[in-house]
Amino acid sequence: MNVGDWISHPANWAFIILGLVVAGAAFRVVTSQNVIHAALALVATLAGTAGLFLLLSAEFVAWVLVLVYIGAVIVLFLFGIMITRAPTGRDVALDHPRKAWATIVALGLFVALSWGSLRAFGTTELANQGEPTATETVGLSLLGRFVIPFEAVSFVLLAALIGGITIARKDLTPAEEVEREAR
Amino acid sequence: MNFWLELAIKLVVAAGIIPVVGMIIGFAEMKLSAKMQSRMGPYFAGGRWGWAQLIADGVKFFQKEDLIPADADRPVFKWAPALVLASTVAILVPIPLGPQVVGRNLDLGIFYALAVSSLSTIGVLMAGWSSANKYSLIGGLRAAGQLIAYELPLVLAVVGVVILAGTMSLTGIVEAQASWFSERGWQFGLPFVVVQFVGFGIFMVATLAELSRIPFDMPIAESELVMGYLTEYSGFRFLFFFLAEFANMFSLSAIAATLFLGGYWVPGLSDAQLNFVGPIVLFAKIGVLVFAMIWFRWTFPRFREDQLQAIAWKWLIPLSLANILATGLLKVVV
Repeated sequence: MNVGDWISHPANWAFIILGLVVAGAAFRVVTSQNVIHAALALVATLAGTAGLFLLLSAEFVAWVLVLVYIGAVIVLFLFGIMITRAPTGRDVALDHPRKAWATIVALGLFVALSWGSLRAFGTTELANQGEPTATETVGLSLLGRFVIPFEAVSFVLLAALIGGITIARKDLTPAEEVEREAR
Repeated sequence: MNFWLELAIKLVVAAGIIPVVGMIIGFAEMKLSAKMQSRMGPYFAGGRWGWAQLIADGVKFFQKEDLIPADADRPVFKWAPALVLASTVAILVPIPLGPQVVGRNLDLGIFYALAVSSLSTIGVLMAGWSSANKYSLIGGLRAAGQLIAYELPLVLAVVGVVILAGTMSLTGIVEAQASWFSERGWQFGLPFVVVQFVGFGIFMVATLAELSRIPFDMPIAESELVMGYLTEYSGFRFLFFFLAEFANMFSLSAIAATLFLGGYWVPGLSDAQLNFVGPIVLFAKIGVLVFAMIWFRWTFPRFREDQLQAIAWKWLIPLSLANILATGLLKVVV
């Protein structure tokens, strides 16, 4: 496929715009001097990623990204930041001495992932072009062919949940227990 | 029909429905509140019953100066109301007004609606933080805590309906209710509220909490937080929040009516007739639910923050899980 064909396809334009939004917002996440701005830029990154999934006909994954990541995870981020440290304006302490190393690792990861995906799916075309994948198909494959990984993931999540509760709860000493009973 | 023409018509309808419905519900709230408190309510604007009161209010808001506090984080402060209103408009897309009268019959219908409605939480947090005001910040935090807690029962209450209907498309859910007994040749269907009354109750309670309406108005409690995250807003940005609140009442009631009360469907009408009668039927059902919300406002006192969280985590979520289990068992057995 030559450049002219590629550029005249509207989906590719959508891809370029969404890609620029995602990349720009992701850059803001790491460079912003303000924690809240970084978290809000992460919202834009995730929204753009959801848009990319929509382009790939993966409607379900796109809206899961919005509901779970934007609607719950980021809200918890913002909640946590605001309840602990929420100065408006610039937070100059936001820097890290090892950011050069972090840049190298991030770039290496980018190269490895893009190389891997291009090698694996470079010329693969979507099976259902223009039609969103039916939720039924997603559900059947999750509980059919992929049922064991699916159950494994839910087991891991349950373990993480229990672990989180164990860490967060405060075990009372016997004296405190008595005091609590008395109240 | 031309794609762009269709898109333009749908956009105009969606953009028009928000202020109109917002004003109607706002006016209904003023008048009904007055009735329930033995007051007159708005009286002078427009001559009779004060019908033009909210139009006058809207004009007033547009004339006001666009105030932004000196310490506020300007871009975040400016974009917060737009985000809240945008999520409100986006919910309208999959709600069917008739068999063919729908923004877009999404396969993911209800899931999409719940996903975009959760975006408004971010707008509320942005507003609360960027105002650089302690009341606003506390209000925003309370709102976020409340919305996280009640998002779960809201989503879980819907699962029962989805199990019964076998689809997440809102049009499909209405059709499933309309043709519930069609295998036996009976002409009437079954609104899911009859079998999913537990889910309906949970959904309505969670909706009230998502809207931060009394008895769940801890985030904006006037008497202690001077309207919480709304404190610093004035002029048309406040109007955005105000419209979004009433339009959200409308859209969430529309979803509740579609999921549990049969949506646009009434027995004995063909699909072609329902395309015209459907919107009226749906608006009537929405009207009943909105009336109940306004009624609750003057009936129940405000919950304390700990009570509010306890209701969500200790009662509604286990109850909705039990509801899902029971519905799933019934679906398999019956």
